[in-house]
Amino acid sequence: MNRYLWPLIAVAALIVFLVMGLRHGDPRALPSPFIGKPAPQFELPTLKNPEVTIGSKHLAGNYALVNVWATWCVMCRKEHGFLLDLAASGAIPIYGINWRDSRPEAIRWLNDLGDPYIASAYDADGRVGIDWGVYGAPETFLVDPEGTVVYKHLGPLDPAIWEREFVSRMNSGGSGT
Amino acid sequence: MKRIFVFMIAAFMIAPAAAIDTEKRFDDPELQARYEHLISEVRCLQCQNQSIKDSNVSLAADLRREIARMIDEGKTDEDIAEFLVVRYGEFALYRPRTSGKTLVLWLAPFLLVLVGVFALARVLKHRMSLPIDDDSGEKG
Repeated sequence: MNRYLWPLIAVAALIVFLVMGLRHGDPRALPSPFIGKPAPQFELPTLKNPEVTIGSKHLAGNYALVNVWATWCVMCRKEHGFLLDLAASGAIPIYGINWRDSRPEAIRWLNDLGDPYIASAYDADGRVGIDWGVYGAPETFLVDPEGTVVYKHLGPLDPAIWEREFVSRMNSGGSGT
Repeated sequence: MKRIFVFMIAAFMIAPAAAIDTEKRFDDPELQARYEHLISEVRCLQCQNQSIKDSNVSLAADLRREIARMIDEGKTDEDIAEFLVVRYGEFALYRPRTSGKTLVLWLAPFLLVLVGVFALARVLKHRMSLPIDDDSGEKG
């Protein structure tokens, strides 16, 4: 009996690790090192008007979404309808970071599809994207009123994800958790 | 047959022409070597099983540019690793630094070897305690 006990335990442990690994979900979704930390500072010209800048100070005071998007990003088109609905509902201000894109094409995209953003920052060379740890658009950050990153979602948003991951965190009380 | 063979060899000779980022960033060969070493140690987050040296996606190009800039500014390798880890986590480095979080990664192989040695010792000890004519018994 004892002879089979240890191999049995070893195999059971392997199976536990396997199941944990499989349940981990999207292997591309990495934990953001910014969760619970202050959102990275930035200041960039807006997409529609290069004379005006937008930056961290505009986010403060409210829960806000920071949505990283680009016209070359297929999944951004998929989530765009939901972003428009969300903006129309007035649930939360949405700020865009237009990441590594062409300005005329990005403006045309917003004119054609509608503009859910308070404003979009124009990050032509991806420098601010690196500061935010962006590695695949669309990415959406939830920033609390104190400017702390509460959650980051990789991939397109939809109503179910919004309810499950974002609304719950905004309701579970204010700061820093 | 021979013609096909020649064709196949020719086809293989075309392939390796695609190298990425062969341009030299630094005149100083020492800095260039440091740069090439660093970019081979950083994971491309968009394509995960390539280093940013081997990847031609846009983010890898951005990170190469930033690393070159930091070398220009005289940053140390540790500064550059810190820059990446703060933004992308330890996962961005192919060789995660020794720290509380990654200690288990570094120690696990040694622990597993120890467990193996222990198990082997037990099995051998058990075998040696068996009667010597045990083997002949099995054959017969």
